[in-house]
Amino acid sequence: MMLYLQLYYEFFKAGLFAIGGGMATLPFLYDISDKTGWYTYSQMADMIAVSESTPGAIGINMATYVGFTTGGAPGSVIATLGLVTPSIIIILIVARFLKAFKDNRYVNSAFYGLRPASTALIAAAGVSVLLLVLFGSTTLQGISLGDISISCIILMVILYFFSSVCKKTKGLHPVVFIALSAVIGVVFHLAGV
Amino acid sequence: MKVLLDLLFTFARIGGLTFGGGYAMLPMLQKEVVENRGWATEDELMDYYAIGQCTPGIIAVNTATFVGQKTAGIAGGIMATLGIVFPSLVIITVIAAFIQNFADLAVVQNAFAGIRICVCVLIFNAVIKLWKKAVIDKGTLAIFLVVFVGSVLTSLSPIVFVIIAAAAGIFLKNKEVSKS
Repeated sequence: MMLYLQLYYEFFKAGLFAIGGGMATLPFLYDISDKTGWYTYSQMADMIAVSESTPGAIGINMATYVGFTTGGAPGSVIATLGLVTPSIIIILIVARFLKAFKDNRYVNSAFYGLRPASTALIAAAGVSVLLLVLFGSTTLQGISLGDISISCIILMVILYFFSSVCKKTKGLHPVVFIALSAVIGVVFHLAGV
Repeated sequence: MKVLLDLLFTFARIGGLTFGGGYAMLPMLQKEVVENRGWATEDELMDYYAIGQCTPGIIAVNTATFVGQKTAGIAGGIMATLGIVFPSLVIITVIAAFIQNFADLAVVQNAFAGIRICVCVLIFNAVIKLWKKAVIDKGTLAIFLVVFVGSVLTSLSPIVFVIIAAAAGIFLKNKEVSKS
């Protein structure tokens, strides 16, 4: 019971402070992992991949996944409800004052600061995944340059080229790149097993 | 009552058929909400979507709540939201249970080792996309750098950074206004 309450509370906080859509919940999910140890960073990376490859909003998918990993099927429902509760409350309030909200100077200037902060938080979460992939470590202190994986860097550059540079392929759905990298992982035994 | 069920099923269909999250959902919302149901006009939907992006929470959920509340009040807002999250709950729970049972297989471990590399690239692409809209002058660049470095080097909660950034935004913008 305690676990479910804590799940609800943690996801309520994420829903209240994550601004800018699904990816903005990432830093909160890493924060929850740090604090509670419910799941590891490498499980987290798998959850992101599954959430991006399945239908639905990415933030909801991730909350469901984390909830399931932590507390089974009831956990997935509770985490998701926790995440959407602040949205429902805030939107119901905003909807009443729609025009005033849109034109409010303080609201607009707060978002001037929130947008780059949200981008930076997502970038920082990306750094955690990057360290994990390249060095097998989740903290800056734990890395040594000798552990760096060259094959990972090569694959990363190739994926970046096809997903954002090459005009013919960059509009493709992320699930295509995820499936492709799964195949490459299996063929080249990237996990070393 | 009928309209509540309508909201539930329509948003469940939108949630179950869009891949790629909130941004990919817009064309689907336009088709279902504006063309098929007439629950909102094109302009209203764009407003909801824009506000949904800058209020806390998931964009798809925020937009669903807006449309639902406009159509059938508070109950409508809640039903639309339940509809949009329902497919995720079912699909992800099934996949998560499956992966949990097969996580020890070498083929699954190797596949996910490859996938993790792709996740890095996808996050990087998302950051680039957001950067273009968010980092527009010196002030926003400073906020980005402070939050990024602070978040990588310390274990402070993201909430702290969000609150400081909102305060910094209000401070910087209003200083600008009073100067001019």
